[in-house]
Amino acid sequence: MRAETWRLLAGVLVALALVLPLVPLAIWSGAHGWRYPDLLPQQWSGKAWTLALSDRGGVVESLGLTLTIAIATTALAALVGVPAGRALGLYDFRGKRLILLLLLAPAILPGIALVLGLHDLFLRLGLVGTTGGVILAHLVPVLPYMTLVMAAVFAGFDTRIEAQARSLGAGPLRTFATVTLPVILPGLLTGALFAFLVSWSQYLLTLAIGGGRVQTLPLVLYSYAAAGRNDVAGAIALIYILPGLAILLFTASRVTGRGFGAVLRP
Amino acid sequence: MTDRTRILLLLGPALVLVGGMVLSALGLALLRSLHLFPVVAPDLSAYATVLGSPGFLASLALSVWIATVSTALAAALALALALLLRRGFPGRGMVAVLVQLNLTVPHVVGAIGLLYLVSQSGAFARLAHAAGLIARPGEFPALTHDPYAIGIILTYIWKEVPFITLILLAKLQTLGEGHEQVARSLGATRWQAFRHVLLPQLAPALAAASALVFAFAFGAYEIPLILGAHAPEALPVAAWRAFTDVDLTRRPQAFAISVLVAGLGIALLLLYARLTLPQRGRHAG
Repeated sequence: MRAETWRLLAGVLVALALVLPLVPLAIWSGAHGWRYPDLLPQQWSGKAWTLALSDRGGVVESLGLTLTIAIATTALAALVGVPAGRALGLYDFRGKRLILLLLLAPAILPGIALVLGLHDLFLRLGLVGTTGGVILAHLVPVLPYMTLVMAAVFAGFDTRIEAQARSLGAGPLRTFATVTLPVILPGLLTGALFAFLVSWSQYLLTLAIGGGRVQTLPLVLYSYAAAGRNDVAGAIALIYILPGLAILLFTASRVTGRGFGAVLRP
Repeated sequence: MTDRTRILLLLGPALVLVGGMVLSALGLALLRSLHLFPVVAPDLSAYATVLGSPGFLASLALSVWIATVSTALAAALALALALLLRRGFPGRGMVAVLVQLNLTVPHVVGAIGLLYLVSQSGAFARLAHAAGLIARPGEFPALTHDPYAIGIILTYIWKEVPFITLILLAKLQTLGEGHEQVARSLGATRWQAFRHVLLPQLAPALAAASALVFAFAFGAYEIPLILGAHAPEALPVAAWRAFTDVDLTRRPQAFAISVLVAGLGIALLLLYARLTLPQRGRHAG
């Protein structure tokens, strides 16, 4: 066989493996009972979707809460992370390595290493069990991420265009809004979308700091799966992956392989 | 305004937030594990209990096993996939999109999907029954809640192969094919060009990505929660159980585990920094 045929075959296998775990979730979400050893459900029904999309299931409420937390976390991270990224991208200074190390720590330290100590800290601050506490805690993985993406953006930024705007009489705010922002916007947008996903995917951090009272989508998903409601779990899982799908389709057109490398997390 | 003041103003809020939370968390875990906070006589009894308990050692061994096997297999498969995607073939674009798509799927979804796929009453077991290979669910090999943590490892491989692949593809794009072509024109075989020219250039990126994956697979909670056996539990599940135990004397033990995991994490952090951050005084790529 020709090399290209082998590659095609390998490609088909990889594509299949990448999609495979999502298939039973989709089948379960439409199943009216799916008993072993039936290959496919004997009866289909929309009851899992009806429950998931009704007020009773707690899913809609949880979806709103998860969105609120992810959007608030991303906005705060942008507010604090853009200036920090500017400092790291434009300047060389003593202690920069140490700061980079500190920013990399939340991405590399295993979750369980930080979560118990954070719970203790937030308990002392009276923030355990509050949505605000969860947002603040999500900044631990999200803010460093945003900062490092913005540092990469600012590393390729030419400050002379700002100086020109200033010399032509623009104030600092106007210079930022009309000169700086348009240049960094594509990077900021990509960074923000993936920062959103980092918050969106948090599990243990939300469980610990939320103290069981802040029920985001992954926690509700696990509750239904643990209770044996595979059909509702399937429906929630499909709802849960939608934003990622949308973000991917939105960024795929603008993010090339090179740019993607800067925004990756396991 | 001097540069120094400006840098301090720009960086200050981020450093206070991240540094404040990360260092307090690590510090509090250390103090609590030593019975130092609230002030009691400091002692190492939590560490003695944890390190002397067969349950902890079994959990530690399990988590090391999960992280090592997941990382090794994911790195090898990702290297193969990156090399595959570098070449053209029909459907290459489709596979590339699926690789990126997988990256956006939260781990908890992958774990539950895999549970419904490979458990003893899952989709594969049904296929095996239809093919006449098994009569009852119990005859299907236990791939979830099993002592070898196969389901957990499969989930990590499923999630982390795309992650490492995309990092390698980004690196391959910056490297280009020039060096390999020179090697080939000087008489190197394709294997030699890969082994002695391309692989050494990819190695730092591959090692850095692998360090991230190892740390993640070692310390993540929800995947072993969903797919793991009752005993031994993966270390993060065991630590969380000790932390939330009604018996409050187990809390210092939970903190001791988290401090030990943090120690490993800091070692991986320093390794990662060595591999990716430019060294002072010399130029690194």
